[in-house]
Amino acid sequence: MTLAEILAGLFPDGHDVVVTDGLILGTGRRTGGGLVHVLGIAEGTPLGIDGALALAGLVLAIARSGDGAPILMLIDSASQRMSRRDELLGLNEYLAHLAKALMLAEAEGHPTLGLLYGRSAAGAFIATALATAHLVALPGAHPEVMDLPSMARVTKLSLDVLTEKARATPVFAPGLDNLVQTGAIHTVWDPEKSLAEQLEAHFCAPPGPGDRRDRLGAERGGRPRAAVIAERVATHVTERA
Amino acid sequence: MNPAFEPEALSWYEANARQRVAALVDPGSFREVVGPEERATSPHLALFDLPEQFDDGMIVGRATFAGAPILIAAQEGRFMGGAVGEVHGAKLVGLLRAAKTLSLDVLILFDTGGVRLQEANAGETAIAEIMRALVEARLAGSRVVGLIGGRSGCYGGGGLIAGCCSALVVTEQGRISVTGPEVIETNRGVEEFDARDRALVWRTMGGKHRYLIGGADVFVDDGPGAFRDAVRDVLKAPGRLDRATLDAEQSRLERRLTRFGASTDAVAVWSALGIADAPAVPGLSTKAFRAIATCRESADDAR
Repeated sequence: MTLAEILAGLFPDGHDVVVTDGLILGTGRRTGGGLVHVLGIAEGTPLGIDGALALAGLVLAIARSGDGAPILMLIDSASQRMSRRDELLGLNEYLAHLAKALMLAEAEGHPTLGLLYGRSAAGAFIATALATAHLVALPGAHPEVMDLPSMARVTKLSLDVLTEKARATPVFAPGLDNLVQTGAIHTVWDPEKSLAEQLEAHFCAPPGPGDRRDRLGAERGGRPRAAVIAERVATHVTERA
Repeated sequence: MNPAFEPEALSWYEANARQRVAALVDPGSFREVVGPEERATSPHLALFDLPEQFDDGMIVGRATFAGAPILIAAQEGRFMGGAVGEVHGAKLVGLLRAAKTLSLDVLILFDTGGVRLQEANAGETAIAEIMRALVEARLAGSRVVGLIGGRSGCYGGGGLIAGCCSALVVTEQGRISVTGPEVIETNRGVEEFDARDRALVWRTMGGKHRYLIGGADVFVDDGPGAFRDAVRDVLKAPGRLDRATLDAEQSRLERRLTRFGASTDAVAVWSALGIADAPAVPGLSTKAFRAIATCRESADDAR
């Protein structure tokens, strides 16, 4: 689905969302009443220091407004922008700042939801979609940490061998199903059904509080040990207090 | 004391994770949880015929620091470059969740190349969980201090986690970055970044540059005593995270773009800061560097 189709499906009562320099900004009218702040990245744009700072500024302005309206992050991005200038000026701080801003807005009463509708990768994915309270996706979305040819170079395994191994485990290869298996993506929405209804259903009955991604990963088999290990560390550290 | 091992003479860069922890906290106070005896190994490395390590390259536990209880995590850069896999990441997630419950401060001794590609999806998700647990601990009042001076630096997702910390202590060798030199070169070409030019790597991502632009808060020598003094100082600061903190961070990151956004090299940034002999910065001793670094940008109450 195109961004225009998705926005029309989410907001049949209207929206004023625009795309400028690859960044998404606007509001949508919920069918259940009230507004949703819409932010994000479009057209497979890489996320560099300038874009991350612009998005963080918008998120902080929403937090300052105190209107309590939810924030929807729509994501179709590349990875973080890979350049000497971005790293020289501290890209890690800009991306972390955006992630912190999203989590602060959430803590101050703005429910956050990520909707992955295209590609996303690595640092851009972590600082946006993965920094929301819950992340859903549409079929055809394609998240990845690193593409298989690059991974082949770094791991010094042939592309054939990696492709073969990718069939055996969801743990390393790119793709939507694999990120669902690890628990990173909560649900894949059904494009045949009303997106507006699925959005309302989410905000009216959000999945339980707390970060449940590790438990989802265990239930789905993509991350068999993470939840157990995290729980064990937390319990043992607390017992020895 | 075993005369063969003198903790104070340790090079942070050369030391392993357990040596760093032992030398940093109050002597004998470290209590590891889910240690190597529990054999919490990666369930994924066998698929690649790669060796496992019983702690998966992450050491977590409690200790006392200057007499006060603290939580501590250390990445082992000697195991897979300190890369974050499922178990490695989950140990830090558990520690940070406990920090929130217990209202304790946390020290993270970074030494990582980023996500472990052999378990990339699990590692990427773990980075996101770590950042959330870290931010929640800070929102509840815990300080989370990052110490960066290891051989593998603090790259990829490690750089994003560091960016969420309340304070960062860095050595000259401590590199902080998202995309590493080799990956930039592979994707954009040697004209964009020559990864073999070590001087370029140090001045673009190294501790001195990060300290000068406000990407790190304390610049220290490469030993446990220097790190201990710095940690003692930053633990006295509030380290709070709220809207005022992030508004201030927004301002300082905007200011950085305004002041240095047109610079293409670190030397130009340092000149713009007002350092008279900017090309000499990499060669300066710690003492001389601190003396000329008074014009640095700071991130106090803005991280």
